[in-house]
Amino acid sequence: MNTVLARIQGSHNTLARSLGLVVFAGAVLFIASEALGAYNELQLANGAYYFAVLAGLTVLTGLSGQISLGHGALMAVGAYTVALLIGNEQWPLVPALLAAVALTTLVGIAVGAAATRLRGPYLAGATLAFAIGLPALADKYTGTFGGENGLVVNPPTPPSWLGANFPLERWEAWIAGLGALVVLFVMNNLVRSGVGRSFRAVRDDEIAASLCGLRVGRVQTLAFVLSAACAGLGGGLLTVVLQLASPGAFQLELSLSLLTAIVLGGLGSLLGAVWGAAVLVLLPSWTNDIAHSFSLSTGVSANMPLAIYGLVLITAMLVWPSGIQGGVRAVVSRVGKRRGPRAKGAAP
Amino acid sequence: MTRFIDLTLNGISTGAVYAVVALALVLTWRATRIVNFAQGGMLMITTFIASSVISTSGSYWLGFAVALVCGLVLGAVVELALMRRVESGPPLNAVIVALGLLILLQALAGMIWGNTPRSFPPAFSIRGYDVGGTHVLFAPNDTFTVLAVIGVAAGLAALFRGTTIGLKMRAAAFQPEVARMLGVRVGRMFTLGWALAALVGSLAGLLVAPAVFVGPNQFDPILIFGFTAAVLGGLDSPVGAVVGGVALGLVLSYVSGYEGASLVTLAALVILIAVLMIRPGGLFSSTQERRV
Repeated sequence: MNTVLARIQGSHNTLARSLGLVVFAGAVLFIASEALGAYNELQLANGAYYFAVLAGLTVLTGLSGQISLGHGALMAVGAYTVALLIGNEQWPLVPALLAAVALTTLVGIAVGAAATRLRGPYLAGATLAFAIGLPALADKYTGTFGGENGLVVNPPTPPSWLGANFPLERWEAWIAGLGALVVLFVMNNLVRSGVGRSFRAVRDDEIAASLCGLRVGRVQTLAFVLSAACAGLGGGLLTVVLQLASPGAFQLELSLSLLTAIVLGGLGSLLGAVWGAAVLVLLPSWTNDIAHSFSLSTGVSANMPLAIYGLVLITAMLVWPSGIQGGVRAVVSRVGKRRGPRAKGAAP
Repeated sequence: MTRFIDLTLNGISTGAVYAVVALALVLTWRATRIVNFAQGGMLMITTFIASSVISTSGSYWLGFAVALVCGLVLGAVVELALMRRVESGPPLNAVIVALGLLILLQALAGMIWGNTPRSFPPAFSIRGYDVGGTHVLFAPNDTFTVLAVIGVAAGLAALFRGTTIGLKMRAAAFQPEVARMLGVRVGRMFTLGWALAALVGSLAGLLVAPAVFVGPNQFDPILIFGFTAAVLGGLDSPVGAVVGGVALGLVLSYVSGYEGASLVTLAALVILIAVLMIRPGGLFSSTQERRV
């Protein structure tokens, strides 16, 4: 496996490298979905749409240096678009997802254009207000958005050529996985392209970047719009997987946990986004298991998962300041040094 | 017209609480350039402690004093034990540590005191003043709230402008290296800044608790609107925090009264965006906008 990755990484053609990476990731996803049971397939599907969002957010924050506490609301835009189009207008899945991406892109342009003037905590404050303000619309227009209960959509039906007994969870995992692969392909190309370099240039020194002829505001808006489109796709996939778009799913906690996931995974790297998605999906069920493995009073055990989550966040930031991916990279490079330079290419 | 007056008075008293939270956030921001999202959790813990002390001793003011002292200690401990290690790192790491602490404190409070919100006694009567035969929506307790905010703001202004320790704190925040060379114990000033901020925060918890009750998540909206107020006024400016808090309280009170409570968060978004579009550093930003 490592040699395959090494060959992919070693290739000089970015497009070929991205394609190779996507084929590799697709194969892993396919094998995983065949091997897993229904519950884990659903987890895989959840992880896939989280990855779609986190990949965009990690590019925004890690590469272009902008903080967003509002990506949960952007996911809501995508989720409600898909729910309305599939549920009310009977659109097929793919056009509905594309429409979700398109609409979120438009919202992203508006928010991103406003955001370029803001820095650090002011940007965080504005996007935070966006995250808590937007779900209020679902309450205001109850007729369209279903109020607190949200909108329910029918589950996607697996095509007949897959057989009558094809599990729904696996089909959902495939749909979400395919969306994640599209994001992976686009983002992996982008971070190594001129656009990705312009993001980094603007992040590191705005004045130097503008002296090089980059339009700082436009570059920052572009980064925001791209990450918004990813969030829209992720939100749309969420509706498909959960068959529900409700305001409860897009509270501020979602936006905060997205930000947490990219920092915990490793900022600015797509592999870090994979770690982040894994954390978002696996940590809650693990902490639940841990909490219930002790015989504690209900008041304590009900709060145990939260306590563990908080502790994990604090200790992870103190132990690995550059996230899980940074920790992995440090370990791999130490092992690589011990083995000699030949093993170096295997670092993911 | 009476409705307008009622909404105005209500806006001033809720805005006063936002102003105190905003002041706490401004203090930590000025000291260490960290937005302390854990402030909501810290003031929640101190208010719970006050609630326990009041119910066992029967004295409101004893609980009040204990909560303030606990806030002071908690702020210092958090800075020394956690924030000291991430202050010099990437800014987002400090944000994540603060969020982690918020979650941890909420979980701990749930374990110790339970998740069901409990009532909290007000310092003074919450029965509105009698004006011309009708009760206005402003009680002696609201007067206390407003006076407390004015007192805190004046006290902080006196501390920062009039005392040596305040001058040292400003120097440590403004130019840590230079301050250190001039003999200021910069680390100690950071700890002091956090302790003071947590003290102010715990006051906000005590003031707002009779209205929102005490529970692990009861203070989340206060933190969010306090942060919004701080951003509105400018995170570097204590005056901005007070003005931002009261302005936000007033506008949200009008929106809630005339248009319905569901639009409150949307209104906060609109105000914040409108202000930041004109002044990207908040209303009272002292630094020039960076131009490229």
